[in-house]
Amino acid sequence: MIETAARGTTVTASPTTSSGRALRTEEMVLNMGPQHPSTHGVLRLELVVDGEIIVDVIPHIGYLHRCFEKHAEHMTNYQQVIPYCDRMDYVASMSMDFGYALAVEKLLGIRVPERVEYIRIIMAEFQRIASHLIALGTYGLDVGAFTPFLFCFRDRERILDLFEMTCGARLLYNYMWVGGLSHDLPPGFVEKAQDFCQYFKPKIKELNDLLSYNEIFIKRTANVGVLPADVAINFGCSGPMLRGSGVNWDLRRNEPYAVYDRFDFEVQVGRGEVGTVGDCWDRYIVRVREMEQSLRIIEQAIAQLPEGDVHSAIPKRIRPPVGEVYFRTETPRGELGYYIVSDGSTTPYRVKARSPAFCNLSVIAEISRGAMIADMVAIAGSIDIVLGEVDR
Amino acid sequence: MDQLLQKLISSDVLVYLIIAVIPLLWVIPYALFAVWLERKVSAHMQDRLGPMRVGGWHGWAQTIADIIKLLQKEDIVPTAADKRLFTLAPFVVFMGSYAAFAAIPFSSAYIGSGVNIGLFYIIAVSSLVVIGLLMAGWASNNKWSLFGAMRSAAQIVSYEIPTALALLAVVMIAGSLDLQEMNRQQSGWFWNWYIFHKFPFVFLAFVIYFVASLAEVNRTPFDIPEAESELVAGYHTEYSGMKFALFFLAEYANMFAVSAIASSLFLGGWNSPFGDFLSGPLWGVFWFLSKGMFFIFIQMWLRWTLPRLRVDQLMYVSWKVLTPWAFVCVVGVGLWVLLG
Repeated sequence: MIETAARGTTVTASPTTSSGRALRTEEMVLNMGPQHPSTHGVLRLELVVDGEIIVDVIPHIGYLHRCFEKHAEHMTNYQQVIPYCDRMDYVASMSMDFGYALAVEKLLGIRVPERVEYIRIIMAEFQRIASHLIALGTYGLDVGAFTPFLFCFRDRERILDLFEMTCGARLLYNYMWVGGLSHDLPPGFVEKAQDFCQYFKPKIKELNDLLSYNEIFIKRTANVGVLPADVAINFGCSGPMLRGSGVNWDLRRNEPYAVYDRFDFEVQVGRGEVGTVGDCWDRYIVRVREMEQSLRIIEQAIAQLPEGDVHSAIPKRIRPPVGEVYFRTETPRGELGYYIVSDGSTTPYRVKARSPAFCNLSVIAEISRGAMIADMVAIAGSIDIVLGEVDR
Repeated sequence: MDQLLQKLISSDVLVYLIIAVIPLLWVIPYALFAVWLERKVSAHMQDRLGPMRVGGWHGWAQTIADIIKLLQKEDIVPTAADKRLFTLAPFVVFMGSYAAFAAIPFSSAYIGSGVNIGLFYIIAVSSLVVIGLLMAGWASNNKWSLFGAMRSAAQIVSYEIPTALALLAVVMIAGSLDLQEMNRQQSGWFWNWYIFHKFPFVFLAFVIYFVASLAEVNRTPFDIPEAESELVAGYHTEYSGMKFALFFLAEYANMFAVSAIASSLFLGGWNSPFGDFLSGPLWGVFWFLSKGMFFIFIQMWLRWTLPRLRVDQLMYVSWKVLTPWAFVCVVGVGLWVLLG
């Protein structure tokens, strides 16, 4: 008997004939990916299935490994690592750069101008919205709703326009440098950003009406892939994964970095409104609500935005003292940590990235045993992995 | 119509051939149009434009261009596939859905074959589609295809029960299985349509039939046999070129067939909604096709709005929701007819 954790019902693993004799059945190994529409990249999931029921899941990663950490050791200086950080989580490049820049600045012991701090937070929060929009849109696609996907991309497009007018790039920005930014905000940015905030608030409601509270969507995601809080902590899950399980933990509030302590926002946690705490729907709705909170932070940051020169603190030559630093930030996917060892030269001796998506993905087998193949897709989507970051 | 043709042409075989081909003259242009319409409808629901270039006006020739592309494609049969079954499967599927058109009354003057058990024939012959789907899934020698085939077999067989029961409610009122006869009984104003008879039982039967027919033709929210995000493409994963196009054609033909049954049995078929206004054999074709296309549009609307159910939920809907309510309709209408 296999306990289907998702619905609390039991399914017999061995069908019987009419005379009551057990039929010999075999489990089937099914390869999901690396080319599969809903593995969100080149992830390969080896599924051991008994009919439609999943007995085991073995994730195989590494198809997108690009030696980020080794590359970082072989640049001519610290700034040159930033484009490689961009390419880790290519859906949230700003957040990747942000963490790296903060880590090196801590190693150097420099303070950046106030204006830089605020612009960084505006950009990081816009990036959070853009990243969550992709997560939510593709999640709709995973459970079979096509339209929310395009609605999300339509709104994300506006954020990318804002990034484009700031630094010229739409996906990989190389915007946050050690000690400053590549460009100051262009004229008209503030107005456009405010316009976006006004435009986007009703769109969140639209998404809720179309998808979040749709009866079929709730049926597909509530009580599916339940991740209890203790399991989430044991596996090192972070971000919406951890908060979806009801753990109130957000580095922006618990360990405020940059100037996050100056803003008023609420940390969203899963409450099990339509099912169990920590199910796929909770993880989904945490992301929706985080977008609202990000808008709040952006509005406050824009209102307080000081004047200043964004290039004044950029060091001419970066040669940190011998030592090491670990710095962690809250990216859209969770806790991103950079561990940097300096041997006193102009290049890092070692850079290690603690990637949130990698840790989040590790829990997949734990929460999908006993689910069905269709649930597998819903669970993998709710983890919101970006393979560029998992494999680095 | 067959009498007319028999007068003109002496050979019986030729007459039957011509009659057999006539629905094809509708099905193929309709499928081309419906695929284009689906793309435009989905595009406008999603804040896009959809095809805009091919042919000039709103990309009307896009699907024709697509068909030409599919015709030119290499006909790939996977090495490990069962070649004979693999080749045969798309034809069986299309045959199953096309055969249903033989008994669909397009107008008071035209029906492919005026058999007096038309409805029974349609239900029976459209079940053949399942065999084709199973063949396709099995012959592809691909686990995803097999999953899709198994799912569709389970789904279509399950949903035939509420479908047949819902139709039975109407059959009891009409006292006939002949679709032409049923259409004639609904003539006059729109309140003569069966959907407004024996309220609310027949209306409920109509809703049950419509939901179940969505599952029979694998449309969202019941598109799990070809669930793109789960099974890649289900039973037609390995198909390409014209074989794939045949599956596609069969799907759209099926969509029209179930819509045609819905409009014949519940919405008066080829009857004008306004008594004698715009009625007659030719206007009948117009009304019939309009009603059919209306249902097609609703199917598209649902597809681009709703997510997909899971396999067990799909079975739940069939066995624990639709089937019991369909029984309620049958008993309700039966008692009403018996006592009233």
